[in-house]
Amino acid sequence: MNFDFSEEQNLLRDQAVSFLNDKSPLSVTRKVLEGSAPYDTDLWRGITNLGWTATTIPEKYHGIGYGHLELCVLAEELGRSLAPTPFSSSVYLATEAIIQFGNAAQHEVWLGKLAQGQAIGCAAFTEVVGELSRKNLNASVTNGKLSGTKIMVADGDTADVAVVIARSGDSHSLFLVDLNQDGVERKVSPTIDPSRSHATVTFNCVEADLLGRQGEGLEQLNQLYDRAAVLFAFEQLGGAEAAMHQAREYALGRYAFGRPIAGFQAIKHKLAKMYVALQLARSNCYHGAWALSTNAAELRVAAATARISASQAYRECAEENIQIHGGMGFTWEFDCHFFYRRAKLLSVNLGGESVWKNQLISNIQHQRVA
Amino acid sequence: MDFNDTPEEASFRVEAKEWLKAHAPAQENYDQEHFLDAAKAWQLEKYEAGWACLRWPKEFGGRGVSAVAAAIFAQEEARYAVPTGPFTIGQGMAAPTLMAYATEEQKRRYLPKLASGEEIWCQLFSEPAGGSDLAALRTRSVKDGDDWVINGQKIWTSGAHYSDFGILVTRSDPTVPKHKGLTYFFVDMKSPGVEVKPIKQISGQSGFNEVYFTDVRIPDAHRLGEVGAGWTVSLTTLMNERAAIGSGSGGMGFDRAFGLASRIEINGKPAIEDRAVREQLADWYVKESGLEFTRARTQSALSRGETPGPENSIGKYVGARKSQEIASFCMELMGAAGVSMDAGIALDGGVYPQGYLAAPGGRIAGGTDEIMLNIIAERVLGLPQDIRVDKGVPFNEVPTGN
Repeated sequence: MNFDFSEEQNLLRDQAVSFLNDKSPLSVTRKVLEGSAPYDTDLWRGITNLGWTATTIPEKYHGIGYGHLELCVLAEELGRSLAPTPFSSSVYLATEAIIQFGNAAQHEVWLGKLAQGQAIGCAAFTEVVGELSRKNLNASVTNGKLSGTKIMVADGDTADVAVVIARSGDSHSLFLVDLNQDGVERKVSPTIDPSRSHATVTFNCVEADLLGRQGEGLEQLNQLYDRAAVLFAFEQLGGAEAAMHQAREYALGRYAFGRPIAGFQAIKHKLAKMYVALQLARSNCYHGAWALSTNAAELRVAAATARISASQAYRECAEENIQIHGGMGFTWEFDCHFFYRRAKLLSVNLGGESVWKNQLISNIQHQRVA
Repeated sequence: MDFNDTPEEASFRVEAKEWLKAHAPAQENYDQEHFLDAAKAWQLEKYEAGWACLRWPKEFGGRGVSAVAAAIFAQEEARYAVPTGPFTIGQGMAAPTLMAYATEEQKRRYLPKLASGEEIWCQLFSEPAGGSDLAALRTRSVKDGDDWVINGQKIWTSGAHYSDFGILVTRSDPTVPKHKGLTYFFVDMKSPGVEVKPIKQISGQSGFNEVYFTDVRIPDAHRLGEVGAGWTVSLTTLMNERAAIGSGSGGMGFDRAFGLASRIEINGKPAIEDRAVREQLADWYVKESGLEFTRARTQSALSRGETPGPENSIGKYVGARKSQEIASFCMELMGAAGVSMDAGIALDGGVYPQGYLAAPGGRIAGGTDEIMLNIIAERVLGLPQDIRVDKGVPFNEVPTGN
């Protein structure tokens, strides 16, 4: 058994860490959070030049053809640095969906551009406030033309292509939609985390290209979410660990009553509990990575487990990081709020904890009946 | 990222599986009296076939295999409801201490009988005034010729009533700071002056004891480590404690709660269809899964020849709390009958209220939840120790309270 990343994968991690330390310090996150740019273009150019966007794309489409374990390593480091880029939308959602469900022509058109950063992808699923479900997905495609409005589209303001779920006939299907065509309206939509841009996207009778099988949109969306959940879980894990380290550093340097606050049990126990949550999440993430990289039958259960555990760890680490910083923790000036914002964004973007817990138990029930 | 055994590990696993399949006794519930006999019989069978204390050198009754191989046998053995509890302390904690500090002759005398289960050992550490603050213990040892004379009281001693020997920490010098005045021995539990009194726990069972020492004589040859170095020797024992105790759920795990929720109804529907129930179950599943894969990561580290560190403390901390939560939740699910211990009413032989009554012990024994968090904070995260007002103060001048 070697239930860990390989030496080569850890070398990739070292490269990622040194690149991100240089190009994506928290000051870059702050610049995007405080400014009007949707993402940091220098950082994004650096990422695409390194070929990270091409990680799992086959070589014939200018990809690197690595597996998902390498992508998990990158996700963890991107999450740790809070990199303000459209990487997750473009890679974990759009690229994954096109590789998984796309036909040869769709691969030909999009994968090369996505690999080289000439196009940014995104996913447009949500339409209303509340859990995603069959009855609240009402955008529709008739004769190849899509109409409807999608909200909470991460990177929808800048992306070139979107994976959209819409009704067609009496069922749902996935579609690929070129966002640079007439009839697509995008409006920036503020969220709790301005370091990641979101938009409301309205489609007025625009060209939509069926992605995958007609009528299997909801099942494909679930498959896509299971895969993306593992990758997002690694981002959450990296972010949670960074928040814990920030809290630890502060507690060691901050003196009260004549000694470092890190010496008080109330603070030590908080940090120890953060560490426990992180270890559980890390172990569950590794299992998710294994299941994703081998297409194991356990993927559904493993992905839900990794996601729940990583969401819990990130929430705990982000909340307690602020608490340990005391008054300074909730000032705009300190960086603690970046993690607090990102933790919540990543916890709800594919459906919240409650949704995934419900799914996890359903999956376990199916597993045990089978 | 590979879950598969190496070829050598795989063939060892097959060998272990086959032997266990042929020899492990059928699952049954043992009453307290027959449990010990059954445990000794199973240990002897393993010993004779070369499956006992696998990591120990051959001359001491083991087989000298790697930590990974030993972990593989333990995983396979855990698939059977075989009785192993009485040997945990002796083999897991006393033996590593003997290997580090006993003479060759003593190792040859005691270790094989520990491995075969012929002799059982207990751990005489905690005292009424020294639990989490173990080094505050007061049991006195005074040198008298070639012997030491022991007076005092130990408490929470698991298995003392059936043990043949015990490892014992004592205070040999109360005039120096507390960690410096300790001396470590092993003691024959049949020595004159040793008195064992069972402690009745809230579960009604008596796994622990008080052990009184009245002018008990121990030969100086049974001292482990130098006079005054008892704390250092104790650390060898304690480092092995959390590994030996592990994170047993006392039967109160996810499967138990999942099974019950599938059988019990809420508002005319199986409880498992209730969203709140499902969310609660998912929380425990995620924790159990996290612990399982943390063990897999530990095993990988062992495979690479690394020594797992105090991060293993998370297993006991998470596992013990989870057991208590699950027992409590299951009882709540059953309504008023949840608390029943009446054989005619209680489901599953009353295992839920029994589990609930046993659960507080899991959060205390072998280091309380709070001590586990301190270990993680100090030894994993490198945070400062608490300020100790007794630091550097001669033991006999430290305030004691009542």
